[in-house]
Amino acid sequence: MKKTIITVVGRDTVGIIAKVCTYLADNSINILDISQTIVQDYFNMMMIVDMNQSTKPFQECKSELAKIGEEIGVIVKCQNEDIFNQMHRI
Amino acid sequence: MINVLEVLETNKMIEQENLDVRTITLGISLIDCIDSDIKELNRKIYEKITKTAKNLVSVGNEIEQMYGIPVVNKRISVTPISLIGASACKTSEDFVRIAETLEKAALEVGVNFIGGYSALVSKGMTFADEKLIRSIPKALSTTSRVCSSVNVGTTKTGINMDAVKLLGEIILETAELTKEVDSLGCAKFVVFCNAPDDNPFMAGAFHGVTEADAIINVGVSGPGVVKKALEEVRGENFEILCETIKKTAFKVTRVGQLVAQEASKRLGIPFGIIDLSLAPTPAIGDSVAEILEEIGLEYAGAPGTTAALALLNDQVKKGGVMASSFVGGLSGAFIPVSEDQRMIDAAKVNAISLEKLEAMTCVCSVGLDMIAIPGSTKATTISGIIADEMAIGMINQKTTAVRLIPVIGKEVGEVAEFGGLLGYAPIMPVNQYSCDAFVNRGGRIPAPIHSFKN
Repeated sequence: MKKTIITVVGRDTVGIIAKVCTYLADNSINILDISQTIVQDYFNMMMIVDMNQSTKPFQECKSELAKIGEEIGVIVKCQNEDIFNQMHRI
Repeated sequence: MINVLEVLETNKMIEQENLDVRTITLGISLIDCIDSDIKELNRKIYEKITKTAKNLVSVGNEIEQMYGIPVVNKRISVTPISLIGASACKTSEDFVRIAETLEKAALEVGVNFIGGYSALVSKGMTFADEKLIRSIPKALSTTSRVCSSVNVGTTKTGINMDAVKLLGEIILETAELTKEVDSLGCAKFVVFCNAPDDNPFMAGAFHGVTEADAIINVGVSGPGVVKKALEEVRGENFEILCETIKKTAFKVTRVGQLVAQEASKRLGIPFGIIDLSLAPTPAIGDSVAEILEEIGLEYAGAPGTTAALALLNDQVKKGGVMASSFVGGLSGAFIPVSEDQRMIDAAKVNAISLEKLEAMTCVCSVGLDMIAIPGSTKATTISGIIADEMAIGMINQKTTAVRLIPVIGKEVGEVAEFGGLLGYAPIMPVNQYSCDAFVNRGGRIPAPIHSFKN
């Protein structure tokens, strides 16, 4: 199964990573890698996760994470890693 | 492993620069539907389309969710209907029944356009071809999703001037029947030279007779992405300019390749081709003319435009070919007037003319596209414009097309509104001198000397 890339973009506030990670832990989604950077005052985080053991289907996780993002004022997206691999690797 | 900056770059292309997959077009062969009974034929066509394309829209939406990239249109192309209906259709009215069936099937599976109400008459017209062509005004005015095209010339056969003459009249008749909506019917009709069998873009898509039973063709787009990339290299020389376009085209096409493979897998239908075209929309920042401006022109149409478009088209192909295992369709840059905001602006200030657009079509992927002309234009003049464009395609061994909209009741200076992706267009002036005697000669223009490659 392919890995999923979760991105979180928005103004930096307390507890962004905690909220997202708690959700992932609750749904048995394993985090493989986390990296973050600040671009033009915006908080950008990327997680590479493995959803193979996830208790919920991709679609549901995607919309629930988006909702969590809305609550804390950031944009959370879930995308299959292939779109990035295809574009940036030959 | 992928890093955060690469992820951000991709998502910026999607969110801010209008990168999208313009269309997943499912080509369906209707050859096995042929029947001499019109009712039976319509039943078989409806069944085959609705069965084959049942999951097309849902699969498109799933892919959109999975990769987070918009898949804007899901469409269908079918075998040219003049072949499919040849045995059953005794009159032009019978062909209109098939158009209605296509419309009903498109509605049922939820696609916004279905192409293939077409005839291939580059050397001659069969009785069925002529009946279909004569039915086009009625078919396009009574349906909203059916798209029609006629191939009137190829490099191998020459140009069928009888068909060119007839189509001038047909385009005017279509305009007249849809005059309440600024002659919108004509926006769904294309005249081709060297029409490709696997083009996924409307209105000219049809499923050629050389194709498999069903096939997935994908059209990618992203003029906004190219424009943004070029902003970074302002003032640099042509080598750097070309390199930047090529790299960007590669990235854009890779996304198309991914989507095409995934769609093919999920639908259980083989992958055909990726069409590399840069297709603009009226949205701000989704314009091919804007790329030309970024290359260094005040407006599209200024001196240098043809050269700028030539290099753009060539670099898009060079980058794209490496990114996909199969490329086809029209592949290049589209230069429709009404569907491109900066092109509309150029037309408004008279920076661009019909003649300059014709020159541009010599070096880009299609032809005179979505150009509104006065409704009072004579049929022979329209035929003359078509003949010019077909000659460019025939001699240069490339696809050319004409999609003109004579807007009934409107003259130069007024604006035609088509709505949605089709946009709006200022009416452009047409050369007023007559070509009646030329068009009325009849017959066909022989194939050019370089067609004899045996």
